[in-house]
Amino acid sequence: MNKHCHNPAETMELPQGKKRLVLVGNPNVGKSVFFNELTGRYVDVSNFPGTTVEIHKAPYGDYILMDIPGVYGVSSFNDEERVARDIILQADTVINIVDALHLERDLFLTQQLIDMGIAIVVALNMMDEAVQSGMTIDVAKLSKHLGVPVIPTVAVKKQGFQALRAAIAKASLGYGDPRIQPELERLMATGMGRGDALLILEGDEEVAFCHSQQAFPLREEIYLRRRQRVNEIIADVVQVKQAIKKWNKLLGQWAVRPVTGLPILFAILVAMYWFIGVFVAQTVVGLTEETIMLGIYSEFITALIFRFFSPEGFLGLLLAGEFGLLTMAPVYLFGLLLPLVVGFYLALSVLEDSGYLPRLATLVDRMLTSLGLNGRAIIPIILGFGCVTMATITTRLLGSKRERMIATALLGVTIPCSAQIGVIAGLIAPLGFSYLAIYVLTIFSIFVILGTVLNKILPGESTHLLIDLPSLRLPRVKNVLTKTYLKSLAFIKEAAPLFVLAAVAITVLAYTGALTGLQNLLAPLTEGWLRLPREATTAFVMGIMRRDFGAAGLYSLTLTPEQTLVGLVTITLFVPCIACIMVMVKERGWRDGTAIWGGSLVIAFLAGGLIARLLA
Amino acid sequence: MTTLDKVRRGEKVEICRIADERVRAQAIRFGICEGSVVTCGEKLPAGPVVIYAGWQELAIGRSIACNITVKKAS
Ligand SMILES: Nc1nc2c(ncn2[C@@H]2O[C@H](COP(=O)(O)OP(=O)(O)OP(=O)(O)O)[C@@H](O)[C@H]2O)c(=O)[nH]1
Ligand SMILES: [Mg+2]
Repeated sequence: MNKHCHNPAETMELPQGKKRLVLVGNPNVGKSVFFNELTGRYVDVSNFPGTTVEIHKAPYGDYILMDIPGVYGVSSFNDEERVARDIILQADTVINIVDALHLERDLFLTQQLIDMGIAIVVALNMMDEAVQSGMTIDVAKLSKHLGVPVIPTVAVKKQGFQALRAAIAKASLGYGDPRIQPELERLMATGMGRGDALLILEGDEEVAFCHSQQAFPLREEIYLRRRQRVNEIIADVVQVKQAIKKWNKLLGQWAVRPVTGLPILFAILVAMYWFIGVFVAQTVVGLTEETIMLGIYSEFITALIFRFFSPEGFLGLLLAGEFGLLTMAPVYLFGLLLPLVVGFYLALSVLEDSGYLPRLATLVDRMLTSLGLNGRAIIPIILGFGCVTMATITTRLLGSKRERMIATALLGVTIPCSAQIGVIAGLIAPLGFSYLAIYVLTIFSIFVILGTVLNKILPGESTHLLIDLPSLRLPRVKNVLTKTYLKSLAFIKEAAPLFVLAAVAITVLAYTGALTGLQNLLAPLTEGWLRLPREATTAFVMGIMRRDFGAAGLYSLTLTPEQTLVGLVTITLFVPCIACIMVMVKERGWRDGTAIWGGSLVIAFLAGGLIARLLA
Repeated sequence: MTTLDKVRRGEKVEICRIADERVRAQAIRFGICEGSVVTCGEKLPAGPVVIYAGWQELAIGRSIACNITVKKAS
């Protein structure tokens, strides 16, 4: 077999005697909830299509259970589908998760899996919503039509799991399309599996290439027949007594209609600002940073350290000096950043769980098309306000390489992450509204300019919006809390070592006099161009480790309001943190990753200097 | 005969032709093929068209909608 055929990473390393059990379904039907329940792990669950962009694996009994990105069908239309396709082709058994409310859409994939000749069991999920909408589904009849076990479930209430676990062993092949049988058999006689054969009939050129075959021009014909069969099954098993219009339907309509949608968006932003910018950044941080960390903790630790070490000696400085390991690092990390990060993730998790994001994508689609993106790109951008690194991975849900590049660049250069926003808010709030407005306007303009320019110069075509809008739901408290907890924990784990490293590096630089040397060396840039004190170099050095750390570095300088603004604009646009750069390089490759990195430096200093001149 | 982007909110139309092959394949998966009847739920100025097809709610970018021919459903 040719090496292009199957993703090697997925072909290898399966423990002896284990079989592949794969969760397959349309996007946003609850696959990840099943994965979490069956394996006891936690992978992200949220109410927008495209939450899962990576493959997750964990043992389940005799199987390795895999959670994969959702797809509407098996083919090679985009990268996500290719990844899913290769795994599905190698699956021993598939649990096909189906959304009871969207059977017309979901059974198409079910029927395709059956045509592929894979043993499946169907989990008919979201039965609660189907019932609430006044729908009844004859499960036994559905199972008879398909020829595979069908288990009704409500995953979020843990209903139906026992039956599902039991049914996995009974997974069966079902009734495929009889008309393509002869062609399938002819292809299979050359030694390929039935799944590969079906995809070749459906015109999948990549799979055909692997088997040195010619793709058949039968996609449309097979699809239409499958569509018809699915519609017939549904007509026979689904009954809608009386369609019940619920609150979420109406609210969903309002969310995409500009006259109501824009006020709703505005209200959400105000609520988030109030919660994060006022409540967390001022009230909570006032308590954690000033009262607890500075007032109680710092006093105590400094007194303790200086009992054993001289305040002027290297060790004393390293542990409890201005950039001390036990003073500055924990105060920033736990007193200032942690509360803000937790606040952000709480707010973002609520948004993700509500199902609002796809509606927002619809609302802003027009604006994003001029930046070479479509509405869907708003999802990674919003998630970027939590953590740019994680959001960069989410850009995989975008339809083309070009869109992924534009979104990654916008994220890396212009979107400040939660930890950073916290520090920025703390510095800018005392300066008053006009400075905040200039700051936001500057960053927003650069966002628009950068997107427009990239759209002009990058080759290729962007894809257009074609998404289904999931129903709005009340966020589930447990999921919101779990997600917030895990992401905040990940933040601490990632940031803490870097903070320690940065604290050591700065102290060493300061102690050896290298810092002053560097400050003098860069004086033309800091003093001459940006019109900042030369000590600002310290902030930029720290900013290379983490952007939030860099912004925090501005705290210790005495700056005029104009200088603060210039410093903040520069630091915001400045290189993303180390973790983010690594992910950018991993996702986009060396060339594009370093281009974004270098570009961000140039843009940061250019914009900073221009602002300094405009304000003067 | 007109195109989907010209339909007014609340109007019911029958899909006649979807020009782009990929969009057509994707639409069949969503449950929409030539002959399906859909309702226009919303139309954003110069932006996407939101349609209802059965229990589904789909947002379709303007440039895709321009290439979908529809006629008034009886
Ligand atoms: N009401 C209801 N909601 C459910 C049920 N199962 C899952 N959900 C919700 O459906 C949404 C999607 O769940 P996920 O597990 O993230 O879906 P997924 O299939 O992994 O989605 P992708 O990774 O985007 O393909 C979440 O908001 C869940 O809380 C259910 O049985 N009933
Ligand atoms: Mg998932």
